[in-house]
Amino acid sequence: MDVLAYLIPISLILGGAGLLFFLFTLRTNQYDDPEGNAQRILNGDWDDHPKP
Amino acid sequence: MTAAMRPPPSACPACIAAPAAAALAERDEPQEARIALSVPAVHCAVCISSVESALMDHPGVRSARVNLTLKRASVEADPDVMPQDLIGVLDRIGYEAHELDAGTLSATQTDKAGRDLLMRLAVAGFASMNVMLLSVSVWSGAADATRDMFHWISAAIALPTIVFSGQPFFRNAWSALKNKRLNMDVPIVLAITLAVVTSLWEISLSGEHAYFDAALTLTFFLLAGRYLDHRTRAIARSAAEELAALEVPRAFLLLNGEEKQVPVAELKLGDLVLVRPGGRMPVDGEIVEGTSEIDRSLLTGETLPVFAEAGRIVSAGEVNLTGPLVVRATAVGKDTSLHRMADLVAIAESGRSRYTSLADKAAKLYAPGVHILSALSFFGWLLYSGDVRISLNIAAAVLIITCPCALGLAVPAVTTAASGRLFRKGMLIKHATALERLAQVDTVVFDKTGTLTAGTPELTNMGDHVVRDLEIALALSQGSAHPLSVSLSSALTAAGVKPARVEDLTEVPGYGTEGRWQGCRVRLGRAAWVGAEPRAETSAWLAVEGDTPKAFAFTDRLRAGADEAVKALLDSGKEIILMSGDAPGAVETLARRLGIQDWVAEALPEDKAARIAALGAQGKHVLMVGDGLNDTAALSAAHVSISPASALDAARVASDIVLLGGDLSPIADAVQTARSATKRIRENFRIATIYNVIAVPIAVLGLATPLVAALAMSASSITVSLNALRLR
Repeated sequence: MDVLAYLIPISLILGGAGLLFFLFTLRTNQYDDPEGNAQRILNGDWDDHPKP
Repeated sequence: MTAAMRPPPSACPACIAAPAAAALAERDEPQEARIALSVPAVHCAVCISSVESALMDHPGVRSARVNLTLKRASVEADPDVMPQDLIGVLDRIGYEAHELDAGTLSATQTDKAGRDLLMRLAVAGFASMNVMLLSVSVWSGAADATRDMFHWISAAIALPTIVFSGQPFFRNAWSALKNKRLNMDVPIVLAITLAVVTSLWEISLSGEHAYFDAALTLTFFLLAGRYLDHRTRAIARSAAEELAALEVPRAFLLLNGEEKQVPVAELKLGDLVLVRPGGRMPVDGEIVEGTSEIDRSLLTGETLPVFAEAGRIVSAGEVNLTGPLVVRATAVGKDTSLHRMADLVAIAESGRSRYTSLADKAAKLYAPGVHILSALSFFGWLLYSGDVRISLNIAAAVLIITCPCALGLAVPAVTTAASGRLFRKGMLIKHATALERLAQVDTVVFDKTGTLTAGTPELTNMGDHVVRDLEIALALSQGSAHPLSVSLSSALTAAGVKPARVEDLTEVPGYGTEGRWQGCRVRLGRAAWVGAEPRAETSAWLAVEGDTPKAFAFTDRLRAGADEAVKALLDSGKEIILMSGDAPGAVETLARRLGIQDWVAEALPEDKAARIAALGAQGKHVLMVGDGLNDTAALSAAHVSISPASALDAARVASDIVLLGGDLSPIADAVQTARSATKRIRENFRIATIYNVIAVPIAVLGLATPLVAALAMSASSITVSLNALRLR
C-alpha cells in the first residue's frame, strides 16, 4: 500500500493543475465567443507566419 | 525604440514609482474610441476575416475583433473615427451593420457574476471528484489506518472547498434568516454544515461513515443549477440590452446656425434641435421652423400621420416623416412625456411582484418539513439510544438524503431547456417567472398599431384607377420618402407600371409632391391640399389639373404571423380582445379581418391599464401584447406581457418576453411550451418527492450509509435533468 503515498499526491496535483488551467482560461475571457473560436480555426490568414 | 510609442503604464518602472506622471501622460494622449457594431449577418470563418480585415484597412482603426456568438464587432480606433464611416465600410462589402451604444452595453461586457459562479462550480467539481475517488475506496473495503487516512485527506479537500464554493448559499440563507424567512438555501446550508460537522466528529473517533463526498456533490449539483439559471437570464439580458443599445441617443443641436451632434442627455431647456425626416423627437417641445407630418403611432396608436407646422407641440418619441423640423425644447430627459409614462409603469408593476414562483411554493413546504423531520429523528434516536453521536449522524443523513439537490435542479433545468427552445424560435424570456405565468394565461389582449399590424401602409384600391393616373402617381411618389409614397411606388413598380414623364418635381413638406405633366399641374398629397374631402381611411390624393381628385386608399399591413397567432390562440380556447388608441373604423375592420369578437377603440393609456386590471380582478390571467408607449402601463398591469423587438424601449422594458423577429406566430407556440414547461416542473417535484418517500424512512431508521446517500442524490438529480431535457 506504500504506493498510495505517491499516487494520492500525484492525482491531486494533476487534478489541481487541470483546475488552475481552467481558472486561467476563465480569467482570460476564453469563453466569450465559443462559436467564433470554432470558426476561426478554419481561417487561413496566419497559417504561414505568426500574427505580428 | 519604444520611446515614441505609448507605453502601457505597468510596463514602465518609472511610472509605477510616480503614478502622477502616468496620469499626466494619460491625459496628454488623445483617448481612443471604442466602437461596438452589431453585424447580424456574420456566420462563418470567411465572414469573420473579411469583416475584420475591412475594418482594419480603414484609416485610424487600431484593432477590430468579431464576436460570432454575439454577432458583434468591437473596434478600437482613433477618436476621430466615426461609427458611420465603419458602417459604410461594412455596407460596401455587403454586411449590414448598426451602431451599438457603448454606454448601454458596457454593463454586459464581462459577466462577472456568471464567471464567479463558474469558478466556484469548477472548484466544487474538482473537489467532489477527488473525494469521491477516496470514498469509493473506503466503500469498497479500505479499513483501519488506510480508511482514516482517506477520511482525513477528504476532510482536507472538502473543508476549504465548502468554504469557497458554498458562499452563494451561505449568503442567501443568511439574508433570508435576517428577514425572518425560510428559503431553499436554509436547509441546504444546514445539510452541508451538519454533514461536515458530524463527519469531522466521526473521523476524529476513527468512525466508519463520513459524508464529505455527499456535501461536495450536493454543492456541485446545486451550483450547476444556479449557473444554468444565471446563464439563461444573462443571455436574455444581454440580448435585451443589445436591443436597447441599437437606439443610440444622439440629437442634432443647432448652435448659432451650426448643427452639432450631441448625446440626448446633454440637451437643455430652450435648445434648438434639428429633427431630420425619419428621426425621432428627442425632447418635448414646440416646432419653431418647418412643416412636416409626424407619426404618433408609438405614443397614441393612431395610424394616420398628423400635420405639423410651426407652433405645434410635439412629444418625445414621435417620428418626423417628411420635412426637417426645428424644435425648441420645453422638456428634456426625465421631464419628457416619454419618461412620465414610465412612472405609470412603476405603479402598475407593484401588482405583479405578488406572484410566487413554483420554486418558492415548493421551498415553503419543503424547508420546514425537512427541518422538523430531521429534528424529530435526532430527538427520537437520542431518547432511544441516548447517544448524541449516533443521533446527530442520523439527523445529518436525513437532511442530506431528502435531496434538496433534485429540488434545486427541478426548476432551472426546465426553464433553461424551455427558454433555449423559445430563443431558437425568436423569443426572449426576460423575467424568471414569465414562463410559469404564461402557462396560466386564458385571455389575450392585443394592441393594434405596430403589434398586429406592421405599421407600414399597403395600397388597397389599385384596380380603381386608370393607367394614366397610376403612371403619374408613380412618378410623383418616387419624389418623396413619405411612408405612403414609398408604399405606393413599390406597389406600382411591382405591378409593372412605368412612371410618366413629370417635370419640375418638388416635395412640399407636410403636404405632398407636386410637378408638371404635359403642361398640367399634378399633385399627390393630403386631401385638403388637392381640394378633396378627407376620408376615414388612410389615403393619398392624386389631383391632375382640371380633373376631380382621386384617392389611393391604404390599409395598415398585417404583421407576419398575426393571422396564425390569433387563430391558434382562438382554437386553444383563449379569449381575445383588441385594444387600440386608433379610430373605431380602423379597429373594427382589423377585428373583423382577424375574427376577433371583442374590440375597444380610442382607448387612452390609462383606460388600457384599467381594463386589464379589471380583467385581472375578475380572476382572469391576461397576456398583453403591445409595442407602443401607450401600452406600457397595460403591459406591466397584465399577468404576463410580450412586446415585439420593434417596440419602444420603454415597452420592451415593461414586458416579460420580447419577440426578436417580426413574426407573431411563435406566441401561440410559446403558450404551449410554457404549459409543458410548468408540467415538467411539477413532474420534477413529484420525482423528487418519490425519492424522498423511499429514502427518508431508510435514513430515519438509521440504515443509510454514505453510499446510499450518494446513490440517491445522484440518481434523483440525473432523473430530474433528463426529464427537463425532454422539453428541447
